[in-house]
Amino acid sequence: MLIYTLKRVLLALLVALTVSILTFGLLHLSSDPAVALAGEDATEEDIQLVRVQYGFDKPLPVQYMTWLTNALQGDLGTSYYFGIPVSTLLAQRLPVTLTLGSCALIYAILFAVPLGVLAAMRPNTWLDRFCLSLAVSAQAMPSFWFGLMLIVVFCLWFPLLPVSGSDTWKHFIMPTIVLGTNAMPAIMRLTRTGMMDVLATDYIRTARAKGLRPNTVLLKHALRNAVIPVIAVIGIQAGYMMGGTVIIETIFALNGMGLLAYESIMYFDLACMEAVVLLLCLVFITTTFVADILNAWLDPRIRIR
Amino acid sequence: MTTQHGILKKISGDDDIIEPTPGQIMRARSLRHWGLMIGGIVLCIIVVLAILAPGVAPHNPYTQILSDRLLPPVWDSQGSMEHILGTDQVGRDYLSRLLYGARISLMIGFATVLLSGFIGTSLGLMAGYYGGRVDMFINYLITVRLSLPGILVALAAVQLIGGSLPVVITVLGFMLWVRFAVVIRSATMQIRNMDYIKAAKAAGCSSFRLIVTQILPNVLNQFVVIATLEAAHAILLEASLSFLGIGVQPPLPSWGLMINEGKDFMFFKPYLISIPGIALFCLVLSINLVGDGIRDVTAPENRN
Repeated sequence: MLIYTLKRVLLALLVALTVSILTFGLLHLSSDPAVALAGEDATEEDIQLVRVQYGFDKPLPVQYMTWLTNALQGDLGTSYYFGIPVSTLLAQRLPVTLTLGSCALIYAILFAVPLGVLAAMRPNTWLDRFCLSLAVSAQAMPSFWFGLMLIVVFCLWFPLLPVSGSDTWKHFIMPTIVLGTNAMPAIMRLTRTGMMDVLATDYIRTARAKGLRPNTVLLKHALRNAVIPVIAVIGIQAGYMMGGTVIIETIFALNGMGLLAYESIMYFDLACMEAVVLLLCLVFITTTFVADILNAWLDPRIRIR
Repeated sequence: MTTQHGILKKISGDDDIIEPTPGQIMRARSLRHWGLMIGGIVLCIIVVLAILAPGVAPHNPYTQILSDRLLPPVWDSQGSMEHILGTDQVGRDYLSRLLYGARISLMIGFATVLLSGFIGTSLGLMAGYYGGRVDMFINYLITVRLSLPGILVALAAVQLIGGSLPVVITVLGFMLWVRFAVVIRSATMQIRNMDYIKAAKAAGCSSFRLIVTQILPNVLNQFVVIATLEAAHAILLEASLSFLGIGVQPPLPSWGLMINEGKDFMFFKPYLISIPGIALFCLVLSINLVGDGIRDVTAPENRN
């Protein structure tokens, strides 16, 4: 277990480093940050001045090393657009996004896992079909459109919820539904197939044959083994959710990381962009890492691989 | 299950039973598959309408008639048959824009999958066939790509390079290869150890020739399934990018862009966002249904 964990930590660190190099390189190579920064009316001299001032004239590897050493010490540079240190910005915005993400994840799990179990218990009935069509529809629903339609329904037709902002818990209801619905199909499908595989095994037949109550068999014997692959998918979905917040926070004007990402991209705020992309990557790497370790702890067979 | 019996009953004579050909089994199973049929029919309708858009569309999708702004659709009491789905905020016919928008979505889906499918399949074949270090490296690439928040990187890349149709296709193509690589890799690993591969190798077949002529045709099933699902994914991502204003640029009638342009009026004219949204939903749903259907129909475990 220890060796497995160490291996996974090393891999996670390596991936984080590669990702940071990739984003830094991509963002710096695909455009000239000095031109964007200097503005539209800037002369060649102005641009040159900006370039020297922000250190864009140095070779890219040197720039990256400076950025990395600063970042490791907690200094992510200053946002050009907001005019305050990026780390302060992130500290302001991250709690909102984490709240939204965890609410959405809980919502998705609370709906998807029971529905998946129900569908697996009665395969090929109307209940199963209903769950599957729910999953297929949720998968095909453009999340930004779903969000807008919710606004039309709950703010225009039945004025119950606030349109935008992030002040009260009511502001989080619609974003949670939209973000969570996105993650539901994958979790539901996997619970269903996992449950069906487990229900077909010999030990379930034995448990039933020796006269255990159906609910005991289902919840104690079957579900525990069926959720192991689901945990890995939940880890991945949690990471995807972080990316999905870009769209959802923009629609609902929720003042979190996603909106920050959108703003920094719109205003060519390079320092901010890099920090946000890297932070979201780190969140993804962490969630998948935690899911992997949890999996290995639950299922000894994985550790050996 | 029942399908085979049906065929057997139909074509068997009195005492000699003629085995149905694999093609017949496949056809019967496809016809029995509700999702595949419904999805296939809807998708066909959308494709035909998109191809025939110049002939079918009642108006030019780019002509702005400012006196006809925000006309309601035909089911509204003030609607008219002149503009069946009404007009948008600058007086362009909504139905015509919708029809031309289908072309953009389909093109995005098709072109993106060509690029990402090529990248992902090549990587997957190499990883699965060579194994060892090559496999480790490609696996590492997959992990790195998975940890990049896709939509965010696409947004940043498209914004920095400048939004246009080819840029969106290229960026999405370089993002969506992961699932191809993962699936083709594991399929190749299974095939690699089969006897006919060993036989081909013993006969002196070169690695490249082996991969292209012996392995590739056998992973084509998986490729088609992933390709349909990823095409739907690409269409949704393009719509999201265009909705955020960083993607296909106006005046092109991309469905995501139409929702973006209509959202300022959505409280007065909800149809401006609901119509393109429903179109997008139907297209993505039908492609997904076809993809799931092909997977069910071609899966070997369902064959008997």
